[in-house]
Amino acid sequence: MAGLAATFGSGAMTNSIDELEFTDLILATGTNTTENHPVIGMKIKRAVKQHGTKLIVIDPREIDLVKYASIWLRQKPGTDVAVFNGLLNVIIAEGLYAKEYVAERTEGFDALKTVVAKYTPDYVENISGVPAEDLKKAARMYAKANRASIIYAMGITQHISGTDNVKSTANLAMLCGNVGIEGGGVNPLRGQNNVQGACDMGALPNVYPAYQQVANADAHKKFEATWGATLSPKPGLTLMEIMAGAGSGAIKAVYVMGENPLLSDPDLHHVKKELQNLDLLIVQDIFLTETAQIADVVLPVASFAEKDGTFTNTERRVQRVRKAIEPPGEAKTDWEVIAGLSNKMGYPMHYTSAKEIFEEVTTVTPSYAGITYKRIEKEGLQWPCPTHDHKGTKFLHKDRFSRGLGLFTAIEFIPPNELPDKDYPFFLSTGRVLYHYHTGTMTTRTQGLSERCPESLVEINPIDAENSGIADGQMVKVTSRRGTVEAKAHITQKSAPGTIFMNFHFANAPVNLLTNPALDPTGKIPEYKVCAVKLVAA
Amino acid sequence: MEKKITITIDGQEVSAKPGQTVLECAKSIGIFIPTLCHYQNTTNVGACRVCVVEVENARSLVASCCMPISPGMVIRTSTPAVRAAQKMIVELLWSSGDHNCLTCEQNGQCELQNLVYWLKIDKPRFNIEPPGYAPDNSNTMIHRDLNKCVLCGRCIRACNEIQVNEVLDFAMRGSYAKVGPAFDADYIDSACVFCGECLQVCPTGAITFKQAKFGGRPWELDKVRTTCTYCGVGCQMDLFVKDNSIVKVMGNREYGQPNDGSLCVKGRFGMDFISHPDRLKKPLIRYKKNEDLKEVTWDEAYTFIADKLTAIKHTNGPDSIAGLASARCSNEENYLFQKFMRAVIGTNNVDHCARL
Ligand code: SF4
Ligand code: SF4
Ligand code: SF4
Ligand code: FES
Repeated sequence: MAGLAATFGSGAMTNSIDELEFTDLILATGTNTTENHPVIGMKIKRAVKQHGTKLIVIDPREIDLVKYASIWLRQKPGTDVAVFNGLLNVIIAEGLYAKEYVAERTEGFDALKTVVAKYTPDYVENISGVPAEDLKKAARMYAKANRASIIYAMGITQHISGTDNVKSTANLAMLCGNVGIEGGGVNPLRGQNNVQGACDMGALPNVYPAYQQVANADAHKKFEATWGATLSPKPGLTLMEIMAGAGSGAIKAVYVMGENPLLSDPDLHHVKKELQNLDLLIVQDIFLTETAQIADVVLPVASFAEKDGTFTNTERRVQRVRKAIEPPGEAKTDWEVIAGLSNKMGYPMHYTSAKEIFEEVTTVTPSYAGITYKRIEKEGLQWPCPTHDHKGTKFLHKDRFSRGLGLFTAIEFIPPNELPDKDYPFFLSTGRVLYHYHTGTMTTRTQGLSERCPESLVEINPIDAENSGIADGQMVKVTSRRGTVEAKAHITQKSAPGTIFMNFHFANAPVNLLTNPALDPTGKIPEYKVCAVKLVAA
Repeated sequence: MEKKITITIDGQEVSAKPGQTVLECAKSIGIFIPTLCHYQNTTNVGACRVCVVEVENARSLVASCCMPISPGMVIRTSTPAVRAAQKMIVELLWSSGDHNCLTCEQNGQCELQNLVYWLKIDKPRFNIEPPGYAPDNSNTMIHRDLNKCVLCGRCIRACNEIQVNEVLDFAMRGSYAKVGPAFDADYIDSACVFCGECLQVCPTGAITFKQAKFGGRPWELDKVRTTCTYCGVGCQMDLFVKDNSIVKVMGNREYGQPNDGSLCVKGRFGMDFISHPDRLKKPLIRYKKNEDLKEVTWDEAYTFIADKLTAIKHTNGPDSIAGLASARCSNEENYLFQKFMRAVIGTNNVDHCARL
């Protein structure tokens, strides 16, 4: 989450889940919350129905939350920056922004003002299709709310302009003085259970645990001393660079723990070739995933119910995972496997429990320093929690941003990398559905979920379906410049005319054969949310 | 400070804030009043009247869950009149349903069964006449047998007020009231999203966890609190375990944040993958590129990997090796993984798929 880290000094959700239920306004953009984070969706619906909270939805799809929204802005896919600049434009032009807050707590306002000046409601309507009047209404409603919270998810980040999108949300929140207060903030909702924790633990190429820079000499020295090893001072490669390296031969071996890039990465044909090019592919997982099937070594591991440990949820809350049953056969926990391998390679790791590892984590991770298994036995703690008597942090940036002043970023709108044209006339957007999770490894092996949602569906607007001669339930072929996928048509108003939606859960309709690997230059996130496709009956 | 009101319950004085109910006050001083339709965090509807008490100078018994306190109130919770009324209500409920505890999954944790026992009722004074509804067997997650329904309405309020899914409501059919989705549909044909909140709040065996049927009696199950493995909300949940397998999953209102005891369909009904026969049980190696994967011992696997990684590191340098950690694994495992890549391999080529 490079965007938030640059503007605030921390990339995590600023506020807490329970604050959503009692705030004055929620702006939800690029998050189909009721399906992807259902329990947060539940709290948002309660806020609207029971506590008088206003809801603004900015989303090309007619998601369930639209039913509860005071205003819905349906922008064309990939035009988020223009819409946010439009909101900023109106709020500045009408003098509705938090002048004192902007003067005291932020920097870069003048540059922002200059850039957004041209994004008048009419100009934005031209780019995004959002009616100028609706944009004005939404801007005023957001600016006038006492406390307003912005939530977003991958509908914002999975674009070539993902980092810009995130910074745009931050601009809006700061402009109205909504960061550093209870019920406010900018809140990325993490899709997977422990994305936050994996980042906190330094499973990233440029940082050690707690975002201590690999390139920083002090951090480098500290970790060399604690780990008793010589460490490379050079930041490493990101996922997509690793895949490219595998293709070019620069990367010879890849060790994959619990991931399935062969279904989750964009432009799959390519990924498969790249991975097959390796001298050694090691996959550690609970099932023989698509990636494991082409591996040289496959290591069986325990599921979450078969081990102890901690996950850190999207609101920075570190919570216990507890062992309920024994793993099947000879499967071991992931940490036992890493330690076993490390011992074999001459670097002793003699941990006897997850707790012992966690204790080591807290010695090198300042934001976790005050957390112990004992303290989180009954309720998780939210980092930063620097000392044993610290109560954890409900919301960030109170009185002062982590980086000092909050930084406005003046951003120009750039269109998506691939737009519909004569040959590929539709936008394709991808995402999750309620009944499945990620690459479906777990949920497609679950009876109830599969029964409710047994197969991949292509969501098509009724007008497009009629024009293309496609009936509900009919098999269709979706083709992009990279590949073709077949799945059943589902005709629904949820999709805007000209846009189709598919989920990426199913191996027999691998939508990532179609997606565009063009990367956001900062976040290195592929543009899953927009590519151009054509649609024919199969 | 708001002014407090003082009332007397069973001879004990208690002060509380205006707006609190008699039931809440009694609970705060440890006096038990039985309830059935009352459910925390939902509207008090006063439907069942199991919670009745005597209020001095009031003309009739009042439902304590709905009665706000007023200054000087004198309340008695266990007079013969109160008990007689409670018995009458419970006997009516008993006799108007098919409460055959022999085969009921709720046996041992049923609130109706507990009321019968607590009120010391041997058998109902009325003839037992169940309505004879067909059970809803239409899906593999939630089982409904409305012959065991006591019409408390808790499922309706949970669906509408806690989850705001707005699927369930009362419907009149003949002379019987009935709860369920619109048009009397089965769950699978309705707008139900299978969050299972209705199942969690149902006091009887009317709505139950279908896959747990015959999976174990309540007292045979071990309960283990953990964090959901699916999305980033990190819901707290109880796994119920018997014979090394997970029988069912429930939320728990006592665990507080982040989910206050609610779950979604994935957390509640999405856990049978754990015991799926496809689970990997032994390490596998493909010795030559075109061969099949073969089962090996852990030591063979470790040796194979260690030899190869060491050779590659030696020939091509540590930066020719990369690792992908996992947003699904624990903090401890992600920490150890990046430590392994950095300290043992000597590269910072470590990332995870979560940007995706
Ligand atoms: S499972 Fe959830 S959505 Fe379905 S009826 Fe029950 S409470 Fe309502
Ligand atoms: S189904 Fe259960 S919760 Fe719903 S009204 Fe009947 S007894 Fe009450
Ligand atoms: S129960 Fe549902 S909402 Fe809660 S963490 Fe699991 S997947 Fe997310
Ligand atoms: S519990 Fe009070 S009326 Fe039902």
